[in-house]
Amino acid sequence: MIELKYYLLISAALFSLGVFGVLTRRNAVNVLMGVELILNSANLNLVAFSRYSSAGIDGQMFAVFVIVVAAAEVAVALAIVLTLYRVLNTVNLDRADVLKR
Amino acid sequence: MNLGNLDSLSFFYPELILLGGVLLVVISDISLKGLRVRINPLLTLAALLLALFYTLQTDHGSAMTLFEGMLALDNFALYFKVFLLVAGVLVLLGSLHSEELASVHQGEFHALLLAVTLGMLLMANSAHLVMLYLSLELVSLTSYIMVGYLRSDRLSNEASMKYILFGAVSTGAMLYGFSLLYGMTGSLDLFAIRDALLAQEVGGFNQVTLLLVVVLTTAGFGFKTAAVPFHFWCPDVYTGAPTPVTAFLSVAPKAAGFAILVRFFLGGLSQPAGEQWGFISGIDWPLVLIVVSVLTMSLGNIAALTQNNLKRMLAYSSIAHAGYILMGAVLLTGTGLKAMLVYLFVYLFMNLGAFFVVTVIFNAEKTFELQDYNGMFRRSPFLAVAMSIFLLSLIGIPPFAGFLGKLYIFGAVIDQGLYWFAVVGALNAAVAAFYYMRIMKHMILENDDRPPTPLQISPLNRALLVLLLVPNILLIVFWAPIDRWTANSITLFGGL
Repeated sequence: MIELKYYLLISAALFSLGVFGVLTRRNAVNVLMGVELILNSANLNLVAFSRYSSAGIDGQMFAVFVIVVAAAEVAVALAIVLTLYRVLNTVNLDRADVLKR
Repeated sequence: MNLGNLDSLSFFYPELILLGGVLLVVISDISLKGLRVRINPLLTLAALLLALFYTLQTDHGSAMTLFEGMLALDNFALYFKVFLLVAGVLVLLGSLHSEELASVHQGEFHALLLAVTLGMLLMANSAHLVMLYLSLELVSLTSYIMVGYLRSDRLSNEASMKYILFGAVSTGAMLYGFSLLYGMTGSLDLFAIRDALLAQEVGGFNQVTLLLVVVLTTAGFGFKTAAVPFHFWCPDVYTGAPTPVTAFLSVAPKAAGFAILVRFFLGGLSQPAGEQWGFISGIDWPLVLIVVSVLTMSLGNIAALTQNNLKRMLAYSSIAHAGYILMGAVLLTGTGLKAMLVYLFVYLFMNLGAFFVVTVIFNAEKTFELQDYNGMFRRSPFLAVAMSIFLLSLIGIPPFAGFLGKLYIFGAVIDQGLYWFAVVGALNAAVAAFYYMRIMKHMILENDDRPPTPLQISPLNRALLVLLLVPNILLIVFWAPIDRWTANSITLFGGL
């Protein structure tokens, strides 16, 4: 049977990759993909902990909620990306710099 | 006392009313074509006031949890419910005559305002990590949309984009922290987490992991309260958002963020020990928060010095005020918590007032630039005097309410013997006086060559300005009820 620590290692790797993606990508959609990685790393943690401990299924329940919220978040984010694209004709975040002084 | 699902409903009226309000506003928005412009604000106002009425009626006897331990109903939660509903009412009234919002259809705006208020009410009550996360996301998602409400406006879009990317990452980090905490303690209930941490005497836990949990969760709360180093979104978002939304963001979600910060750290990671909370040994989170507080107020005040855009300057000023409010939270005493509640209460009126004057001036002049405020005193003495009172209150000059907040905060800090902390706070207040006075100088002393044309203020806006001025002037005289109310409000479920 696969040990708990391997799940934790994968989730830590996912989290780091997500943060790396958010920090390095300039395309708004790619940044959102990084955010998804972060949320899913937390999900993996929750489910793994729930499976390997005597704590019951609280963690799995939490993961289901997180999946739903993540879907809602992406829906809102993509709508905002779309309106930004209508105004700027690009989704490159470096071009969204009017507010910086 | 733990109430089951059905028994809890009778203590859940305010939230149910707000939920019903959201649905009603959406329905009236799509069905009443001609009347909706009039009906929607009235429906929203009615829902907020009715929720406020039921909140004030709530007599819960002693602290208890609702819905099988999902929500905690205690005096602390009641304080924040009243606070957030009053903020909702004031922001709604302030948004009615705003030229920025008048250019777009406002139906969804009112529904969103009710939804975000509902989210914040739940946030102040959460006693369970799932509830905490869900309510925080409800507040975040709705405020992303409110910030980007001016669809064809480039600044509004950009602000909303920055807000959602920053928000998604910080709440994601917070969630990762929650998952680690769940793994360590095997529970999602805040009080069960505390008991698990206590039972294992913390020494049994990996100290690095615990510290990681504290840092990651602070990212989520820091984002909501705009505390350094999670403040980067704040100036841009506040500048780009429609001004009534900015005013709202600078007060209400910030207060709700402080509510969950206190509930998480005091309810979850520390235990009551008489007048003080003994925090669970091994986690030196008060030191972390003291550093965050000092950085927040210093950076906010210093960055505000060089701003020439009023909204951006007030954005940095609100970062600085988050630092002052945090001073009360990190003390781990009842006095500190009470000081924090008093400060939040006066901050509500002075900050909303300052933003509201900015809205009124933008209505007439279409500008946020400081040099365009020249000669405002000759054009509208009432507005200039009102703004001066709000600014003097924000500085903390004695006859006005802001002084009361500063007095309580610094008093609580000195009470704990943290003199250097109080000195840093006082120095910061002096720095802040410089840029607040600069606004007053432009409005009152500097005149341009143009002949002074009187500034148009709608009667509703004038009445609201007076309504906001009254607490700023009178609270210092009638401080006793505030003192009693906040002293009652520091009872946390499972806490002090």
